[in-house]
Amino acid sequence: MRLYAVAVYGFLYLPISIIALFSFSAGRNASSMQGFSTEWYARALNNPFVMEALWTSLKVAFFSAILATLAGTMAALALTGMKGRLRAIFDVLVQIAVMIPGIVIGIATLIALVTLFDLVNPWIESLTGWRLSLGLGSLIGLHGMFTMSLVVLLVRGRLESFDRAQIEASNDLGASPLGTFMQVTFPQIAPAILAGFLLAFTFSFDDFIMAFFVAGSETTLPIYIFSSIRRGVTPEINAIGTMVMVASLTLLIVAQILLRPGHSRGKG
Amino acid sequence: MLDAYAETGRDMRASAETTENQDAREDHVAEFINVSKRFGAVLAADQLNLGIRRGEFLSFLGPSGCGKTTALRMLAGFEEPSEGCVRINGSDMSAVPSYRRPVNMVFQHYALFPHMSVAQNVSYGLRQRRPRMAKAEIATRVAKALETVRLEDFGGRRVWELSGGQQQRVALARAIINEPTVLLLDEPMAALDAKLRADMQRELLDLQRSLGITFVLVTHDQEEALSMSDRICIMGGGRIAQVGTPQDLYDRPCNRYVADFVGKANILSGEIVERADGCARVVLPSGAEVLVSEEGPDTRRKIEIVVRPEALGIGVAASPGDAALKARITHRTFLGDHTEYLLEAEGIGPVQVNLPRQAERASGRHEVGDEVHILWAAEAGRVLAAEN
Repeated sequence: MRLYAVAVYGFLYLPISIIALFSFSAGRNASSMQGFSTEWYARALNNPFVMEALWTSLKVAFFSAILATLAGTMAALALTGMKGRLRAIFDVLVQIAVMIPGIVIGIATLIALVTLFDLVNPWIESLTGWRLSLGLGSLIGLHGMFTMSLVVLLVRGRLESFDRAQIEASNDLGASPLGTFMQVTFPQIAPAILAGFLLAFTFSFDDFIMAFFVAGSETTLPIYIFSSIRRGVTPEINAIGTMVMVASLTLLIVAQILLRPGHSRGKG
Repeated sequence: MLDAYAETGRDMRASAETTENQDAREDHVAEFINVSKRFGAVLAADQLNLGIRRGEFLSFLGPSGCGKTTALRMLAGFEEPSEGCVRINGSDMSAVPSYRRPVNMVFQHYALFPHMSVAQNVSYGLRQRRPRMAKAEIATRVAKALETVRLEDFGGRRVWELSGGQQQRVALARAIINEPTVLLLDEPMAALDAKLRADMQRELLDLQRSLGITFVLVTHDQEEALSMSDRICIMGGGRIAQVGTPQDLYDRPCNRYVADFVGKANILSGEIVERADGCARVVLPSGAEVLVSEEGPDTRRKIEIVVRPEALGIGVAASPGDAALKARITHRTFLGDHTEYLLEAEGIGPVQVNLPRQAERASGRHEVGDEVHILWAAEAGRVLAAEN
């Protein structure tokens, strides 16, 4: 049993650790270790294409996570006031959104957006002279919509352990509905909201499949890595991959800490 | 059967309205006026009419689902009446949201804010006031409120570090610091163990007397209601069954439901054969005749009698002056200060008799299986309003 576990984890994590290791190689070959250097990190960080793709990825991740957090939190709050069949339908829809393969969502969104743009662009163009097209907007929109379900799941989980009588108690003590939200509900679900934001950010930052379909002329970091691999793998790719991984893991660990039960108790 | 039920309902309403009219001159801090509440097809409150007197301790008593909590929540503003209106200090509360009502509530599971300290919980109501209250003033009042509930040194604690009884006190302090016109208590003792509950009941009573605030308590515990209340409003099926002082309800229950709910009661059927001076001669199914208090019309009719277990006695032979019923003892339970006897009375059925320690010492102890007489002093029982 222990051997089996070692084999599974080895299979999962060995390639990743080797990439991290080889990123410090001094040689030009991406699949062997020749001496130690941080040269490839310097190269990656000085590569204007990498930096531009990173900047695009950060923008998309940040704004889509903001969108997902706002909409997802509001949806989760609305869902708690809902009962019966309607609630069940929404719950299932949220869960399905997380389970549908990215490639299906990517293709479907691409077709939907292209059809929509073809339909409305003549109008918009005649009114403003602009045309809607794939790009930052569609990336942010798609990632925002998709990661919203992650936020809904996290915030709803926290709301379920939240004693609703507190809301009545707050009203009873003279706080308006808005005052109650700001002073009672929000402080207690804030860790889950922040965790949702971090997960949404990480997801968007790492996503290749969906982004690939709707990116238009934009290049996100995962898309850049994919296209440069086709030109041949260098340790620079290993360095970029390692940096992305460390950043993502950090965010995920922070999100996990925020989601620990009873986290909201400690602060006040 | 249904018609008879509807009839009773109308009777109850009529009697409730009479009470209301009699009370009209009194100073009512809150009133229910023809209040009904529907949840879908369920009628949770049915034509409630009740005036709550300023400064009194009133309890809503009834089993779960009787509408008592709904009534309280309508006072607090968490539920809107489907019909009728709730008044506080004489003004209609229909358009007033819960956060603008001069009432505060102690919740069943306290509903303390876990992300705030004890002092922050207690000061919450004051911190909502506009214009803002000075910080020093808030601190003074918090200290005073915590002192009132004997938690002086707990201001900085987290609420989840406290015991159930301490949390209860924080909830109480959080409510009374706002000096509400009416303090609402929703089964506040339900989660406490028996010993703590008794202490808390005493403290609540002291607090009510020293603050002079009107307390409205919801409870399903009849002992709690009897021991604490100035008046009790007994509810059943969304309706007010009877309102009165604990002694009123115990001595003069208006129907079987109230008699059964308040204290232990033997309910026997019989027929009035003759009456005089607020007293009626009733023939029981066994043929025995008893004298009971009665203020009804002078007609020969079938009725029900309520007689409390402690109003009866047990004798080896029938004693002169008392009506006596032949019975056999089926159970005997020693309860310290008194002993509970369950007897099977001839032609009547099970009857409970409670004998105090002294009476038992005097008459000697009776054993299960003994053939005895149940001694029924004149006017020990009381005729109930006919229910069917």
